[in-house]
Amino acid sequence: MKELAQQAMSTAQLKGSRYADVRIIESRTQTAGVKDGNVDSLGDFESVGFGVRVLVGNAWGFASSADITREEVDRVTALAVEIARASALVPGKPVELGVPIRSTGTYVTPIQIDPFSVSIEEKLGLLLDADATMRRNPGVKVSEGRVTSVRHRKTFANTEGALLEQTIYECGGAISSTAVSGNDIQVRAYPDAFRCQGTGGWEYILNERFADNAERVASESVALLSAEVCPSKVTTLILDSSQLALQIHESCGHPTELDRVYGTEAAFAGRSFLTTDKLGSLRYGSPIVNLTADSVRNTGLGTFGWDDEGVPASSTPLVKNGEFVGYLMSRETASQLGLQSNGCMRADGWNRIPLIRMTNVSLEPGTWEAEDIIADTDEGVYMETNRSWSIDDMRLNFQFGTQLGYEIKHGKKTRLLRNCTYAGMTPEFWNSCDAIGNAKHWKLWGTPNCGKGEPMQVMGTGHGAAPARFRNVRIGVFR
Amino acid sequence: MSFKKIADTILAASPADQTEIVYRLRNESLTRFANNHIHQNVTESNHEILVRCVSGSRCGIAVSNSTDPESLRKLARIAFDLAKQQPENPDFKGLPAQAPLEKVTAFDPAVTACSPAVRAKGVGIICQKATDAGYIAAGSMTTGASLFGVANSRGVFAEAESTIVDASTVVMSPTSSGWAQASGWKLGSVDWDQLADEAIRKTKLGENPRDGVPGEYTVILDPYATSDLLGMMAADGMSALAFQEERSWLNGRIGEKTLSPQITIVDDGQDIAGIPSPFDSEGQPKQRVTIVDAGVCRGPVFDSYTAGRQPGAVSTGHAMEQSAAERVGPLPMNLFLRPGTSNVEEMIASTKDGLYITRFWYTRPVHPRDVVVTGMTRDGTYVVRDGEISGAVKSMRFTQSYLEALASTTALGSTCKTLWAGGAFNVPPIKLEKFSFTSSTR
Repeated sequence: MKELAQQAMSTAQLKGSRYADVRIIESRTQTAGVKDGNVDSLGDFESVGFGVRVLVGNAWGFASSADITREEVDRVTALAVEIARASALVPGKPVELGVPIRSTGTYVTPIQIDPFSVSIEEKLGLLLDADATMRRNPGVKVSEGRVTSVRHRKTFANTEGALLEQTIYECGGAISSTAVSGNDIQVRAYPDAFRCQGTGGWEYILNERFADNAERVASESVALLSAEVCPSKVTTLILDSSQLALQIHESCGHPTELDRVYGTEAAFAGRSFLTTDKLGSLRYGSPIVNLTADSVRNTGLGTFGWDDEGVPASSTPLVKNGEFVGYLMSRETASQLGLQSNGCMRADGWNRIPLIRMTNVSLEPGTWEAEDIIADTDEGVYMETNRSWSIDDMRLNFQFGTQLGYEIKHGKKTRLLRNCTYAGMTPEFWNSCDAIGNAKHWKLWGTPNCGKGEPMQVMGTGHGAAPARFRNVRIGVFR
Repeated sequence: MSFKKIADTILAASPADQTEIVYRLRNESLTRFANNHIHQNVTESNHEILVRCVSGSRCGIAVSNSTDPESLRKLARIAFDLAKQQPENPDFKGLPAQAPLEKVTAFDPAVTACSPAVRAKGVGIICQKATDAGYIAAGSMTTGASLFGVANSRGVFAEAESTIVDASTVVMSPTSSGWAQASGWKLGSVDWDQLADEAIRKTKLGENPRDGVPGEYTVILDPYATSDLLGMMAADGMSALAFQEERSWLNGRIGEKTLSPQITIVDDGQDIAGIPSPFDSEGQPKQRVTIVDAGVCRGPVFDSYTAGRQPGAVSTGHAMEQSAAERVGPLPMNLFLRPGTSNVEEMIASTKDGLYITRFWYTRPVHPRDVVVTGMTRDGTYVVRDGEISGAVKSMRFTQSYLEALASTTALGSTCKTLWAGGAFNVPPIKLEKFSFTSSTR
C-alpha cells in the first residue's frame, strides 16, 4: 500500500499538483441486531479503495476508485488533476496550507479484545439476553438491541513527505424498548438514543452491561405511557450527561467548525454565529463553562493518531471560563486565520474528501456532585436521553426533546414526565449554566451519526459531559 | 465483470438454501461551490455487491466492493456462515420469486458524458450572476450514473441503468438568503440561469427581515418545503414495518378521512415525471401505491418480509437495500403529491395574513404517530398581507403536526417540481390554513 501511495504522489507532482495527498483505506463493519426475540440483522460489510486529493494552483480536485492497481492509481490521480483544472475555471482566493506536514509513523487504537475475534454466538447472546428481559414486561411492544464493530486500516501519504499507517477500532451498541398505548408511543434506550459508540475493542460493549439495564429500560418505557406530560413554562433545567453531549455537539461543536464560519457549508450543513470577530471576545457561556476539542482521550470516537491531513492528534480549548477562544480547523482554514491546524480533518471513507469534523468536543467537569445539583434545585425539571433534536443553520435557535423527565420540587425528583422538550438560543443557554457535575459523573459519549458535506458523509464524534444545570429555560414546547 | 457474471459466480458458490445478490455500480461526480468559487470537486467510481444467504428462515448478509471471482465466492461463504450462526426467525418467509418487470428508461447518456468543465461552466453562471448582484452564492451540482442489479436463486434477475442530476444553490446577502434546486434524470433538468435568477430574486425579496412573531399562520409553501411534508410522513409511517410496530401515523387511521380531500399521495417508481426506479432491492416491480386518496388514508408500502408477517399482504416492491445498522424496512422512494389548480401568485393574492416559505430546515420528528415535527424555515420567509408580499421575517421555528397542517389545505399548485432529497419527490406548492410557529431566530 505504501508503494501505491507514493506512486500516486509522484504522479500528482508530475501532472502539475503543488500539493497532493492520498488515502488508501480498508474498512470492515460487522453488525448484529435483534428485535422482538428474533435476529433482525446480521451482516459483514467490507469496502476497500483509495482517494487522491490534489491542489493545482489554487484549485482542488479529488478522485477515487475501488480498484487498487498501479494503472488505476495513475488514472485516478490524473483525473483528480483534471478536475482541479476544471475547478480553476471558477477561481477563488489563493490557498495556503501553512507549514508542511511530514508526519510518519503508525497508530493502532488500544484494545483489549479484538471485536472481530468475538463469536457471532456471543454477540447475539448478549443482545438476546437483554431482549428477553425487556420482553418479560407485557407492556413492551418492540424490544431491540444492536452492536457494531468497525475497523479502518488507513495508509496516508502526501507530497510533503508524510507517510502514515493507522488502524482504528470502534465498537458501539444500544438496547431499546418501545411501548404503545392508543395514539401514544414511548421509547427508552440505553446507554444512549443513538447507539453509544467509541474507539476500542469488545470491552467497550461489555462495560455497558446491557442485560443489567434491560428491565429498567422496559419498565420506564411502559411507565412513561401514563406519566404526566411535561409542563409548558420557563424554569430550571437539569440535563443528564448523554443529552448534554448532544447539546454540546449541536450548539458548541458545529458552530466552532471553521469551514462553516468561512461559508463553505452554507448551502448544506449551514453556517455559524461564531464569526472570527468573536474569537477571544464573545462570552459564549458562564464562567464555569470550559469546552475542549481533543483527539487523544481513550475511547473517544474522535480519537486517532493523525487526522486525514496527517496533522497529529491534539487538544484545543474552544471555550475557556466562558470565553470563546478556539475553532476546529483544517490546514487551509487555519492558515486563513494565521494559525496552525489542530487536526480536525476527517473523511468517512476512501471515496470522500476530508472535511472539518468534531473530534471529542467535551464540557470539562465542574465541581458538583450530581445528587447535590438536584438537592440544590427548588423547582425545575430533569431531562434524560435524547428523543428529538433540531437547530437553525447558524446554530443559535435550538429545540430538543428527551425520552424521560422528572419534575423537581424542593430538591427532590418527584413526578415522571413524558414528551419533554426544551428550547433556547445558544449563548443565552450556556450563559445560564450555573452547576456542572464533577469528574466522577463525567462520561465520554460517542455520536456515530453526524452528517455533513456533499456527498453526505457520516462521521463519529465524541462528547464528554457530566450532568449540568441551566436557569430560565423554556420547556414543554410540545404538549 | 458484468452483473450477470457476478451473480452467476456467487450463485454457483453459495451453499445456502436461497441466495440473493444486490449489485450497484456507481460513477458519481459532484462540484461544490461557495463564496462564488468552486472549492470542492470530486468524483467516485465504486461498486458494491451484497449477498444475502438464507438457511432455513435465517439470513446472513455480506457486502464487499471487490469483484474478483475468489472475493465473490468468499462473500457467499461469509453470508452463509452468518446465517447458520443464529436461531430461526419465523417471521422470515423466504426470498421472493421472479415477477414481470416493466422497462422504464431513466438513463440519459448526456449525464455520463458531463465533464467537470461542463459542471464548472454551469456553476460559473450562478457565481457570476451572484457577483453581479452583490451577493455570495454557494451550492453544488451532482451528476451520476449507476447500474443496479438484483438476482436470486429463485429466478429473479433484474438490472437497470439510471442517471441522476441534482443542482442547488443558496444565494446570500448580509441580511437574507434565497434558495433554488432542480433535480431529475436528464442533464437538461437543470437550467443554471433559472436557478440563479430564482435564488437571487428570493434573496432580494428577503433583505432586512424583521423578527418573526410566534403564532398560528396561514402558510404558502414552495415545493422545497412541500417535499419535507412528504419526507417526514414517509419516515414516520408509510412503511409497513412502522405500521406493524404501531409507530406509524397510519395506525388507527386506515379508511379514515384524515387529510384534506385535496390531498392524494402516491408512490410510483415507474413514473418518468419523477426519478424512476422500476424495481426494489429484492428485484420486485415497484407498484403504484396510493397512500392517501383524496384525504383518506389507504395503507403503507411493503417488502417481502413485512408482507410475510401480515396475512393477505403482498410485497409492493418497496424493499430497501440492507443497511449496516439495521433492517430499515420498506420505504416509498418515489413520492408524488398530486397537483391542484392554483399557483403561488394566486395563493398569495388570496391570503390576508400569512407567511410564504421557501423551505424547511433540520426537521425532526417530535411525535411520530401524529407526525408532529419541529424545524426551521430557511432561505426566505416572507410576510403576506392583504394579498401581497409586504416584507420578510427572520427564520422561524415551528412545532407542528403535518397531518393537521395537511388537513387544513386550501390550495395546491397545478405545476409540480421534481426534487431529490434522499428520495425522489414530485410536489406542487401548497397553501395550508394553519401552521404553528414557536419562536424566531436572530
